[in-house]
This record gives sequence, structure tokens and C-alpha cells, in this order.
Amino acid sequence: MAEEKKLFKVKIDNITVEVEPGTTILNAARNIGGEVVPPAMCYYSKLEGSGGKCRTCLVKVTKGSEADPRPMPKLVASCRTTVMDGMEVANITSPEVLEARKGVVEFLLINHPLDCPVCDQAGECDLQDLSYEHGVSGTRYEFKRRTFEKEDIGEHIKLHMTRCILCYRCVFTADQLTNKRQHGILKRGDASEISTYMRASLDHTNFIGNVIDVCPVGALTDRTARFKNRVWFLKPVDAHRECSDPKCCGKTVLWMRGDEIFRVTARKDKYGEVEGFICDTCRFEKKEVKDWIVEGPRKISRHSVITAGHYVGVHKPQETVAKVMDGRQPKLLMDIHTVSEVNMPQVDLSQIEGPAHSTDFPKNKGVQ
Amino acid sequence: MGRKLLLDKAHIEGIRYYDVYRKNGGYAAAEKALKSMSPDQVTEEVKKSGMRGRGGAGFPTGLKWSFLAKPEGVPRYLVCNADESEPGTFKDRYLMEFLPHLLIEGLLISSFALGANTTYIYIRGEYAWIPDILEEAIAEAHKNGWLGKNIQGSGFDLNIYVQRGAGAYICGEETALIESLEGKRGTPRIKPPFPAVKGLYQCPTVVNNVETLAAIVPIINIGGDEYAKIGIGKSAGTKLISACGNLNKPGVYEIEMNISVEEFIYSDEYCGGIPNGKRLKACIPGGSSVPIVPANLLLTTAKGEKRMMTYESLNDGGFATGTMMGSGGFIVLDEDQCVVRHTLSLARFYHHESCGQCSPCREGTGWMEKVLKNIEHGKGKMSDIDLLWDIQRKIEGNTICPLGDAAAWPVAAAIRHFRDEFEWHVLHPEEAQRRNFGLAHYADPLPVAAAV
Repeated sequence: MAEEKKLFKVKIDNITVEVEPGTTILNAARNIGGEVVPPAMCYYSKLEGSGGKCRTCLVKVTKGSEADPRPMPKLVASCRTTVMDGMEVANITSPEVLEARKGVVEFLLINHPLDCPVCDQAGECDLQDLSYEHGVSGTRYEFKRRTFEKEDIGEHIKLHMTRCILCYRCVFTADQLTNKRQHGILKRGDASEISTYMRASLDHTNFIGNVIDVCPVGALTDRTARFKNRVWFLKPVDAHRECSDPKCCGKTVLWMRGDEIFRVTARKDKYGEVEGFICDTCRFEKKEVKDWIVEGPRKISRHSVITAGHYVGVHKPQETVAKVMDGRQPKLLMDIHTVSEVNMPQVDLSQIEGPAHSTDFPKNKGVQ
Repeated sequence: MGRKLLLDKAHIEGIRYYDVYRKNGGYAAAEKALKSMSPDQVTEEVKKSGMRGRGGAGFPTGLKWSFLAKPEGVPRYLVCNADESEPGTFKDRYLMEFLPHLLIEGLLISSFALGANTTYIYIRGEYAWIPDILEEAIAEAHKNGWLGKNIQGSGFDLNIYVQRGAGAYICGEETALIESLEGKRGTPRIKPPFPAVKGLYQCPTVVNNVETLAAIVPIINIGGDEYAKIGIGKSAGTKLISACGNLNKPGVYEIEMNISVEEFIYSDEYCGGIPNGKRLKACIPGGSSVPIVPANLLLTTAKGEKRMMTYESLNDGGFATGTMMGSGGFIVLDEDQCVVRHTLSLARFYHHESCGQCSPCREGTGWMEKVLKNIEHGKGKMSDIDLLWDIQRKIEGNTICPLGDAAAWPVAAAIRHFRDEFEWHVLHPEEAQRRNFGLAHYADPLPVAAAV
């Protein structure tokens, strides 16, 4: 019989947890869960080699291990530091860590455009959550922010480099999921950018769409869903289909309004990581309910803005006029669709190419 | 005259070539090591010498070598870090230009000690002419049986390759250097694993500075014990100092680490004082990333002792009143120099050279440069000084590699010691465009602590 593996005892914020050797501090903290989990913007458990870059997950190691109890001299990136037996870690109990994290959030935001009102990621953006929880409300940065031209990397993906925080997740994704990586980091320092250099299309591999899901901000967005709707107006629904691609898990979330599917994404867990990668066919091409087997509404944390307006057990408002007026129907003085030039019921917003314009609502299509 | 071990033969004409070098006692150490010593004995000798890495961090070389993992069947590599890009440092360039065979001999002995059969010299791209010198010397060494298969009948094989960088300061950081050598983007790796375990091509690797590897030759020649006697305490041996700035005789000097800073600046044997009768205002004694200190703290420590050119004495008082030996890039500023402008040019350098991998350094270095530019050009605010302090504090120690620290320290030290000059710039924006703050009180004797 195989010998039982010895587990390492780690104390994070005075909570003891036993984990297997080789686990990182971050994953040990995720085993505990709750507030002691450091935030992570670049680490992605499903991507090999990711992490260590954003520095939001810095923690203080107050005791190295049972054998060598010296504390580590600097704050360490918890996503890339493995635990030792008897290690003691301070995360939210260390003012030093909180201060450093505040600094990192400030650094990440000084060149971020803060265009959340027009950004498709708003509502499900890791950077929004991070700055809300760990940042300060004001900015001390008084200079011009760096900007880049928007770039289409293929038919389905829009690269908005200005918003990028250079987490390198998309580079790892393309490297590890697709046959050939064709985009990467150009230049260096605060001029570095994600690019294909030649503005090449990335569509020819069937898994490149996953870069949209791994992007923690709105730098990579789905061109089939851009500007179509805000995430909090949509209802996330778990669904699956028999996908012919063996690498695709086929389990997705459909973002619906009524019977329209606006967007298809992979299923993300509470740390914003996908449960399984999906292929581009599922993501970009299957936008009708009949393509999918719907499982039911997706559970969303009640703290998320996505749950706004999605009440459980709601009663639809009933038309009461007829009831109190002895069965007489109210006289309709005007149907709004006869005069309004937009939002016609027969035009499906999710079917329009790109954001809706007035040209999408031709006069003759309205109710006569 | 101080004892010279590295540059003692630098003046001989033609020492760059094998014949002259060999005639003047060259390759004697290699002969001794290969024929009469085992690899472990060489390492032991280096350990005994107490030599500390000359690249900047000052980590004992023998100790570093002993950390090298030695798994069976896996090649080990020695990499010579010649990516000397620190502003103010140009000692390695001198060594490689004039004494290439000294470096090759050092590499040969070190590779023998570490069991490395392939050794790389990673040289910065801006040293465009030096790879030719090195390659010529390597070809000569091959011809004379000091490189290649079965060197001098010892059974030891070694090949040395020269690889040019493409002009990045960050590639002087050992893991970024290894990445660049592998042909990738030169960004530091996240440690652990350390290069001693997984370095070049995922094999155990030692990365050492040019001067460190060259100094192996005199250590083997005179013996580790003898080498350790030179200098004071843990600062053993001789050190190359590249002096520049407002000096009568700037240049590369080899010093025994037992002279004082004052002697180094003012004596005729070394820098010969400051030109035009100007007074000393400030100095960066170890290359641009170490803290700048004002004249009074440079010449004496906070305790009132004479400051010596040693690792310990320069570091005396920590960062509050001391500085570091660093890589030996000795930059001297006289009373006409503006510390704000000087700090700005350093901040610009680090902004330009940040690799952009981790956020504090990528964003913070650019921010510091912009704030400093405002102060320098008369657009600063009083709160900017505190802002700068806060930015540097949040960069320092929170980055992947030491470049973040190196960017933060000069700014921190400038504000710590020269805050009134910064304030003067803010309060007199127009006057600050016309004239410099001058020497002010920076050379005044330090207040003597009252005896308790």
C-alpha cells in the first residue's frame, strides 16, 4: 500500500489548513476561502506559468517553515510561492500587505482609461472588483494616460490595448490552447503592448476565443456581443451542447434576454477562472436557443451586479384595469412603437452586427 | 601604491594577444588548476579567498558556486555576465578590451571548478567592438590548446561562446539574461527556482560578473588565503572602481579595499581631486542604482568614523545614512550639479529600461519620471515630494527583480538627503531654471552626537 502523503500545515491569517506539498500559498488560501484569499489578476490556475506579474497577491511570510522559522525578507507573490511545513502567512492581518496592495491597485489604475461606462466588461471586471475592494477612491495621477489604437485581431475579437493591465494570461492561453501562438508582448516598460505586430487575424485556431474569458479587464472583448447589452441586463443560463471538438468541454453560460442569446461564455468560478475551455464554434456561432440544451439559471454571487434585477420568485405585474372596470379593456390612446424610431419589437438586438444604430430600425419596419 | 592583481599587466603593449599574455605569466593559473588541483579544491580556494561577487550584490562567490546543483547526466553551464549597463560602471569593458585572455583564463578555471563544458559570455549589444576582441582571443586560445577538447591533456573539454545582447539593461539581471540567451524576450524569471538549480535550458547554471571571473586567476595564482589578507575584513581582495563625473582623473582604478573614500577622490594616485577648485557636493559610489549621499556623509559615517572603500563601511548606517559598494561605478558631483536634474535623468533611465512585466515597476517608474520632470521644470508642487516618496516606497521590494529597487533607491536617497533642494525647486520655480541650488550645507561637518 502506498504510503500516505505527508500534508503540510500552513497558517494563513491564523487559520490553519493542511495542504499537499507543492501547493502555492494562494491555493492554500483558496482552500480556506473567504476573506483570506489574496486577489489575483494575472494568476490563472489552468494556465501553466501564469502568475507573479501583477503583484496584487503579495503576502507576508512571518515564519518560513518549521525547520527554518525565519520570516521572508520581502513580501512574496502568493501565487508563485509554494508552502512549507509550518509556514505562517499574514494577508489581511498585515497592514504592510494591505498598504502594498493599495499601491499595486493604484499603479494598475494610473494608465487605465476608467471608461467603465462604455466598457463591455463592466460588471464582471476583475479590476473593478479589485479597485473597489482594495483601492482608494481618488487618484493622484495628473498626467496623460497612455493610449493605443483599437485593433481587430480577427473576425471575433477586439483588442482594446488601452485597457490592458498586461497580465499575460492571453499569451499563455494562446500558447497552451492553440496550435500556434501568433500574438505576444511588443516593446517594454509602460510602452509594452499585446499585439500580433502585423495586425494578423487570430481566427484560424478553434480555441483563440478563450482569450476573451481569461482577460481580467475589457481589453479583449467578443465582437459578436460588443455593445449589445450590459451584463446586468442579461440572464446567465447554464447550458451545454454536444460539441464535435474533443477539446471543448461544451459546458457554457448563455447570456440571454428573453429568448435571445447575446453572448456565450465558459463557466467561471468565484475566482473568475473558467471551469473548462470552450471552442470558438460554441462561443461565436451558436447563438440560438435550439442549439443548446438549457440546464437552468446560473448561480451568481448576490454581491455581483449581475444579480441586480434578477429576483427569485417574482410576480409579474398583472394588468388590473380590466378587473376593476368590470371587464372593460382600457382604451389604448397610443402605441409607443408607432411613433418611436428605435427598439422595435421585431428587431432582435442580438442579431444586429455591432452596436445598434438608427439605421437598424428602418421606418417601414415599424408597426403600421 | 596599492597592490594590483587584475590590472598589473594592463600597461604592457600587446597584452591583448596570446603570445604576450602567455609570456607575462598568463595561463599559469589555468595550468596549475588543471594539472594539480581537483574542481573541489578550486572551489575551496575561492571560498577561502572570501571574494564577493563584483556585479553589485556582493554575494560571496565561493558560496554561490557551492549552491550549484549537480545532478547526474545533466549539463551545467557557466554564464559570464558582461551586460554591463549600469550608468557609471565601465570596469568590465576595460577588462575585456585590454585583457581578454585574463577573462578567458578565469572562465576556464571557473568552468573546470563547476564542471561546465559550455560557457557563454553574454555581452551587451552596445559594446559593439568587444565581441570581436573576445572572439579573436577565444580563437587564439583554441589554437594554443586552452579551449576545445582535452585541454592541455587534462581530459577537460570547454567551449566558450560570445553572445551579444540587444541593448537592454534588464538583461543584466541573471534570470533575464538567461531568458535572453535562450532566445526569448529578456524578462526576469520568477524565483524560485534559482538558476543554480534550473537556469539556462533548465539546467544548473552559475552567472557571474566579468570582474569576478577574472579575479579567479589571481586567486589561484597567489592562493585563497593570501587573497583574503588583502582588504579589510569581509571585503577581501582588490576591486575595480570606474570613477567618473567631476574628477580630475576619471577612469578605471584597481584599489585594495583598505583605502578611505577621501583618499580615493583626492589622492594623486587615484582620482586627483575635483577640477577647477570646486567642492564636493554628492557622490554615488556604486553605480546609478545605489543611494546618493551628500559630501559629509560620504567622507565620514554617521558615527563619525572615516568612511572606507569597503562593502561594510560604505553600507554603514544602512540606507538612512549609508549607501552601497554596488558595482563600483563611482559618480562624483561637484557643487555646480543639480541633484533634482540628476535624479530626473536616473528616473528616466529606469523608466526606459523597465521590462514591463510586473505592475509596480512598469507603472511606477514612468510616474516618478513625470513628477520629477515637473519639479525640475518649475511646475512642481510641495505635495509632489511626498508623492514621490510614496511611489518609491510602493515600488521597492514589491517587484519580481531588483530593477524596481534600483529605480526606487536613487529617488529615495535624493529626497532623504536633499529634500531642501527639492523644496527650493518648488518654491523658486523661476530661479531654479536659471541657477543651481549650489553646495548649501551638504559638506558641513556632521553634528557630533553628545556623549550620554
